[in-house]
Amino acid sequence: MGQKILLNAVEIDVILHRLACQLIEKHTDFKNTVLIGIQPRGVFFADRIIKVLKEEYHVKDLDYGRLDITFYRDDFRRGEKPLAANKTKIDFIVEDKKVVFIDDVLYTGRSIRAALTAVQSFGRPAEIELLSFIDRRFSRHLPIQPDYNGRQVDAINEEKVIVNWKENDGEDVVYLVSK
Amino acid sequence: MSELSVNHLLGIKYLQKEDVELIFKTADHFKEVINRPIKKVPSLQDITIANLFFENSTRTRLSFELAEKRLSADVVNFSAASSSVKKGETLIDTVNNILSMKVDMVVMRHPNPGAGIFLSRHVNSSIINAGDGAHEHPTQALLDSYSIRERLGEVAGKKVVIVGDILHSRVALSNIFALKLQGAEVKVCGPKTLLPKHIESLGVTVETDLTKALQWCDVANMLRVQNERMDISYFPSTREYAQQFQLNKKKLEQLDREIVIMHPGPINRGVELTSDVADAENAIILDQVQNGVAVRMAVIYLLASGISR
Repeated sequence: MGQKILLNAVEIDVILHRLACQLIEKHTDFKNTVLIGIQPRGVFFADRIIKVLKEEYHVKDLDYGRLDITFYRDDFRRGEKPLAANKTKIDFIVEDKKVVFIDDVLYTGRSIRAALTAVQSFGRPAEIELLSFIDRRFSRHLPIQPDYNGRQVDAINEEKVIVNWKENDGEDVVYLVSK
Repeated sequence: MSELSVNHLLGIKYLQKEDVELIFKTADHFKEVINRPIKKVPSLQDITIANLFFENSTRTRLSFELAEKRLSADVVNFSAASSSVKKGETLIDTVNNILSMKVDMVVMRHPNPGAGIFLSRHVNSSIINAGDGAHEHPTQALLDSYSIRERLGEVAGKKVVIVGDILHSRVALSNIFALKLQGAEVKVCGPKTLLPKHIESLGVTVETDLTKALQWCDVANMLRVQNERMDISYFPSTREYAQQFQLNKKKLEQLDREIVIMHPGPINRGVELTSDVADAENAIILDQVQNGVAVRMAVIYLLASGISR
């Protein structure tokens, strides 16, 4: 098993700032926008983006939630074990809001497909965008593309992209791991 | 632990502590789901569940049906009153006939103790026991423990008294198993005629004075007096039962602290509980009902994961 570093802490920081600026460019004061981190790993990325938006760019009154997609996945009863859920915390109604999904790695697109269904339990959004940190662009099973993207990666299916965050994993780094 | 150690939910007796923890953890997520504007998830959209009720039930059946529908399962209901059971069909034949219509899971209530266990040995389907005679009612015990955990933080170390007709109560037996499994202390309280002999062998203590039992406990689970199961007189009159074993405001005011009051329903107001106590802030009877749906969703979800495609 080999692994190589795709992005180091400095590169990650630059990308976080760029993505935050792109969000501000599109959503200005975030008055009618809600940010939703996709459980489990997307929330670490979302937490960081929120931190940059608030601390570096002084965005106030951000509506931010966490969405778990376990019960909406299309692979229930296909694995050996039950799918274990994570916490959903959405304290607002998304009716007529601009929703931005935030996830760390966009791979097959199936998680986002599940998230598109799951979010409807909280109302009918005006529109939904997708912000992904890593886009494994040639691995899609569904016609889903990111609106904002950190880095495109051409990884084959046997390889794994691992995104580590300082707060949770002790370091900011993206690895490409081959089996 | 990420999966149950059992393929059926026949009784709490067959569960491990880790199973209960997994069910509660999963139920936490479903509790959040059933408080959303849209309370439904598509997980079980290719699963069909038969609710077989060979004994009357309103709330358990409603709770199971809601849980199944909120998981998007297809549901068929069957009650003994309108079936071929009356024409002499055996239990295995009845269930096999239903299963041959491609039903994946069976929720069954039956007047005979052990009916679910018997069925699980003879049919190829996941069985959930929704009450078998005076034996077990596992989902009720799970939702009771879940409600205690929600209110008091944890079940371990808590003192729970179960009051009333212990002899005929499947809720009492399942609760004793569930509470002991999680490390709670359990006391049973009621007229001597309604306390089974050798109940202490289950690791519970016995008290016949309600006031003493209340002074001891953190939680009082008041059972319904089941007149329909009493073929002889176990106490002289309902009035006399109420005088000794009714939980009323006066008895609560004598205590030096607040206790949590539970009841599996339906309440005989004025018999085991007075109305003011049943509607008090520390009575979590309606929380139990809401938690019942979440806990049943968790049980069904976890068992359905093991059904092969």
